[in-house]
Amino acid sequence: MIETLEHTTFDVQAIRQQFPVLNRLVKGKPLVYFDNAATAQKPKVVIDALTEYYEKYNANIHRGIHSLAEEATAAYEATRDTVQQFINAQHREEIIFTRGVTESINLVAYTYGRTNLKSGDEVIISGMEHHSNIVPWQLVAEMTGAKLRVIPVDDNGELIMEEFYKLLSEKTKIVSIVHASNSLGTINPVKQIIDAAHKAGAVVLVDGAQSTVHLDIDVQELDCDFFAISSHKVYGPTGIGVLYGKKHLLEAMPPFMGGGEMIKDVSFEKTTWNDLPYKFEAGTPNIADTVALKAAIDFINSIGKTAARKHEDALLQYATAQLETVEGVRLIGRAKHKVSVASFVVEGVHPQDLGILLDNQGVAVRTGHHCTQPLMNRFGIPGTTRASFAMYNTKEEIDVMIAALNKAIRLLR
Amino acid sequence: MSDTKPITEIEEEIVDEFSLFDSWDEKYEYIIDMGKKLKPLDDVFKKDENKIKGCQSTVWMVSELQGDKVIYKAESDAVIVKGLVSMLIRVLSNHTPQEIIEAKLDFIDRIGMKQHLAQTRSNGLLSMVKQMKLDATVYLAQLSTKN
Ligand SMILES: Cc1ncc(COP(=O)(O)O)c(C=O)c1O
Repeated sequence: MIETLEHTTFDVQAIRQQFPVLNRLVKGKPLVYFDNAATAQKPKVVIDALTEYYEKYNANIHRGIHSLAEEATAAYEATRDTVQQFINAQHREEIIFTRGVTESINLVAYTYGRTNLKSGDEVIISGMEHHSNIVPWQLVAEMTGAKLRVIPVDDNGELIMEEFYKLLSEKTKIVSIVHASNSLGTINPVKQIIDAAHKAGAVVLVDGAQSTVHLDIDVQELDCDFFAISSHKVYGPTGIGVLYGKKHLLEAMPPFMGGGEMIKDVSFEKTTWNDLPYKFEAGTPNIADTVALKAAIDFINSIGKTAARKHEDALLQYATAQLETVEGVRLIGRAKHKVSVASFVVEGVHPQDLGILLDNQGVAVRTGHHCTQPLMNRFGIPGTTRASFAMYNTKEEIDVMIAALNKAIRLLR
Repeated sequence: MSDTKPITEIEEEIVDEFSLFDSWDEKYEYIIDMGKKLKPLDDVFKKDENKIKGCQSTVWMVSELQGDKVIYKAESDAVIVKGLVSMLIRVLSNHTPQEIIEAKLDFIDRIGMKQHLAQTRSNGLLSMVKQMKLDATVYLAQLSTKN
């Protein structure tokens, strides 16, 4: 597996040079950034796009007739086209800008969910959902009287699909499922889930927070009804994200928030909504970050997801093999198909202690429940230590982590 | 009554001990060592009402008034937190509520552990300090009604 790393044409050093933060030291040691599942670092082109927007053409969009407003609007809308191509949506107006996956899911829960769910209906999620794909449904279930059903997870961290098929019924109205687990890395068989759910008459939302950066996303091929993306996990800025929705569904949904931009005509008697996508983009949007999201996607496209994935898969395999050599380490999440997330516990060692000591060696990992408490309960652990890899990470960095880990365990035991 | 040193003097001692270390490794080794040496809390005290909120790890803390001094005992499932809490106990325990309430505890900053006071760390050194001072406030009220 070391060979696959070395024989690839993928030039990781050239990529690293594009990420300014990777040059810094932490506690006097070179930064090893393995917290990519929480947020990815930003390439220079993204940082430049932000600066350039503010330095050259900052203006409020859509309504202005002056040059700056035109340029800002064009840049903002260009990102919509780029996202459309990135996930192969059929129509550009199916791309709604939100603050991120959390807002995208809430948007669907509060509009589609609230208008279509009634007492006795069911929403199916899974046992490996992020809190942001649990809590909105709990809130809407409480409002509507609908029930939440949960697909169980097996010991390897895979969904028990037979149980999903059993849960599916004519009562199922919505299935909301994570594409790739942030805690375990598991890639779920969303295509099968979508096909089965559609046969049962339900719509499907896919939480693409973790999958979008690693996997090729084709929403038409998947045939999902909604797909949620966070920009900050795809090398883009924080504070911006995407909700993809099928046009006919979005058209039938009531607005999420009221205000400027989202209206056609306002009078005290009757207000009419703007067309898609603006109906769901109330108020002045996050223009700068939207503009810079385009730079992030262009960057990913310039590298190619296939090449990046090959590199990341090799890193995951190497890390998994190395972790297994460390005495007392138990990997949590051994699914057949995984994105580059290695979650583990060390016998007799608290994840928090590990996190602190790894940070002392410049290694940034995440410890805790990763916003998936029900999943941690499923495995009977309070949390894990999670190393998650991006295209700029290297095998040498994994060696640094393993050395730091051995040292930490020696101290802590 | 007892001959405990003033809080500031104990803080000074700890700062002196840490000044011997020049690397983060050594500092944490020392804290871990203190954590390992902290006397375990009796299991009967390990219940929800003694848990300190806001910690990624679990911290249990109990206190009692002995004469006019507050005695703290604590434990955690994480060793570094246990080390940090054992320092707090060393500094604050066996002092009067008034002294505890007034303690500035700037030794934490001076030994380079200020980052553990940050909210983001979520290992709750801040929550521990708050809880210890809160307990002291309650005892102060008890003592003043007695007098
Ligand atoms: C699987 C998953 N879903 C949802 C989210 C929430 O994303 P955001 O915080 O960007 O809204 C995350 C981010 O941690 C995630 O990993």
